Amino acid sequence: MERSMLRVKQKRVALNSNHAVAYAVRDVDVDVIAAYPITPQTTIMEKLSEMVANGEIDAELIHVESEHSALSAVVGASAAGARVFTATSSQGLELMHEVLHIASGMRLPIVMAVPTRALSAPISIWNDYSDLMNTRDTSWITLIASTAQEVYDSIIQAYMVAEDPRVLLPVMVAYDGFLMSHTYEPLNIPEDPTAIRELVPRRDRITLDIDKPVTMGTITDPRWYYEIKYQQVKAMQNASLVLKETSKTLHEVLGRKYEPVEGYKMDDAEVAILTYGGLFGTVQEAVDIIRDKGLDIGAIRLRQWRPFPSEELTHLMHDIDTIIVIDRAISYGASIQGPVALEVYPIAARMGVHVFSVIAGIGQRTVLEKDIMGIVNKVLDYLDQGVIPLRSIYWGVRGGE
Amino acid sequence: MGETPYNDGVLEIRWHGRGGQGAVTAAIAIAKAAVEVGKYATASPEFGAERRGAPVRAYNRVSSRPIRARTPILEPDVVVVLDSSLPPDMYLDGIKAGGLLLINTKRSIDEVRKMLGDPDIRIAVVDATGIALKTLGTPIVNTAMLGAFAKLVDVADLDVFENVISDLVPKRFISSNIESMRIAYNSVVVENE
Repeated sequence: MERSMLRVKQKRVALNSNHAVAYAVRDVDVDVIAAYPITPQTTIMEKLSEMVANGEIDAELIHVESEHSALSAVVGASAAGARVFTATSSQGLELMHEVLHIASGMRLPIVMAVPTRALSAPISIWNDYSDLMNTRDTSWITLIASTAQEVYDSIIQAYMVAEDPRVLLPVMVAYDGFLMSHTYEPLNIPEDPTAIRELVPRRDRITLDIDKPVTMGTITDPRWYYEIKYQQVKAMQNASLVLKETSKTLHEVLGRKYEPVEGYKMDDAEVAILTYGGLFGTVQEAVDIIRDKGLDIGAIRLRQWRPFPSEELTHLMHDIDTIIVIDRAISYGASIQGPVALEVYPIAARMGVHVFSVIAGIGQRTVLEKDIMGIVNKVLDYLDQGVIPLRSIYWGVRGGE
Repeated sequence: MGETPYNDGVLEIRWHGRGGQGAVTAAIAIAKAAVEVGKYATASPEFGAERRGAPVRAYNRVSSRPIRARTPILEPDVVVVLDSSLPPDMYLDGIKAGGLLLINTKRSIDEVRKMLGDPDIRIAVVDATGIALKTLGTPIVNTAMLGAFAKLVDVADLDVFENVISDLVPKRFISSNIESMRIAYNSVVVENE
C-alpha cells in the first residue's frame, strides 16, 4: 500500500449508524451480502437492499431463513474468495454462535455489523451489550464504535484488517442499538468511493478453487488441532499491530484518528471512568460537570475489545488511583459481573489501581449525566470508608443493594 | 425565521405525535437541515414497537458545536405537538420556563393557553391537519409542522427544509408536502416573547 496518501474529499451528511454501515459496505465494494432481519439491525439490510436494487452496489444479496444461515452463507462465499458482509443483533447473534467459531477457525475475513441489543428472556428490543459480550471467546476481532462517523470508518478499517495476510480473522463492528443505530448525526463520507477501494485492494488468499483444491475446516486429530488454534492466537496478536497501522492510514486518508483506548481529560486525573459505545458521549458531558465541581476526573473509552489493548490501557492508567468501569452487560455469577471490568482488573491489580465495576443501562434503562455523577459519588463514599467491594455495583435497579 | 435562543449552546426539541403522523421523519428533517447549514444536530426517535395511532416521541439537539449526549430530552426548549388529543401532561412535561410550544390545532392561542392552565411558555398554533387535508388529502401533518417550525425557530431557512423534504418523501408527494410547509410557514400564529 502506498504511504502518505492524499486526504480524500468528503461531504458532510446526516445519517444514523445503521445507514453509515450501509454506505461503508457500498464503498468497499462487497461481493456477497446475506442477513436476516432483526431489530435494530433491520435498517442496515433495508438500505443495502435498496443500494443493490438501484445498482449502487454490484453484489449478490442472499435472502436467508435465519441468522445461522446468514453467517453460513457468507462463510461459504468468503471461502470461495468473495468479499462479504453480514449484520445482526441480539438473538440473531446468539443463533449464529456456533458459526462464529467456524468463521474464525477457517480464517475467513468476514465483516459483520452488530447494533447491540439485550437478550431474551424476557424479550427486550432495546439496547445493552449482552449479545456482544457473549461472543468474547469466538476469536473475532471486535471494535466498539461511539459515533456514526466511527461506525463508517470502522467498517472500512474492518476490511483492511480482516483481509491482511498477517491476520485473516473475521471482524465485528459493534455500536449501541437504537441509541446509535437509529440516531441521525453528522458525519463525513468520501465523495468518491474510489479512494476507499484503494485502501482495500483485492489480495490473494487460500480459497476454494477447483484448479487448486483444498479442504477447509476438516476434522483434525489431537496431533494438529492445538497448533491450528495457536495460529489463531498469533493472528489475534498480529491484529493489534495491523489495527495500529490501518488506523494511521485512515488518519492520513480520512483525517480521523482512532486509538484502541482513548483518554478524555486524563492528564491530571486521579479517578477515571471507563466505558464503551455511545455512552462515552454522556460520560464526557458528566466528566466536564464533575470537573467544574473540583474533582480531578477523566474518562477512558475502550474501542478495541478484541484484541484487548492491555499495553495501551496500562499507559493511560499510569497516573490514576481509581478506575470505574461501566458495563452494559452482566456476566452472571462471575467474581465481578461487568465483562469489561473483569478484563481491566488484572491490569489494574498489577498497577495498584482500585477497580469499581458498575452495571448500568441494562435493557436500555436510561443513563443520564446525573446517573454518572451518582455513580462517582457512590465510589467516592466507598473510598472514604476504605471499602473496595469485590462485586459489581448495580446502578439504578429497583430492589438493588 | 424566529429568534428562539440556544440555551447553554444546545437547542433541545421534543416531538410528540401518534404513529403514522410522521413525527420521526420531521425530527430527521430537522437534523438534516441543521447539518446542511453547517450546524451539529442529532435526531432520535423514542424507541418502541411502532404502531399506527400509538403516542410517539422524537428528539432533536441542535448546536454550533459537536453533540455528545445520547440521553432523552427531559427539559426541552421547544415542544412540537402533532396531535392535540395527546394529554397535555405528556407534552408539557419538563418544558423550560419561557420555552416554545408549537401545537397543531384549530383553536386560538387564547383557547390553548386557557386549556393548558396558563403555563409560563410561549404558545404557537397552526392548523396543520386542515393544511394537510387540503394539500395531501390525508392527515399526515409533519411537513406542515416543519413549515411552522422553520418560521419560529432558528435552525435553517425554509428553502433548506424544502430541499431536505424533497429527499425524504416519495417523488410524487414532494410538491404537495412543500405546499404544506409553505402554507404553515405563512399561517402559524405565535405569542410575543
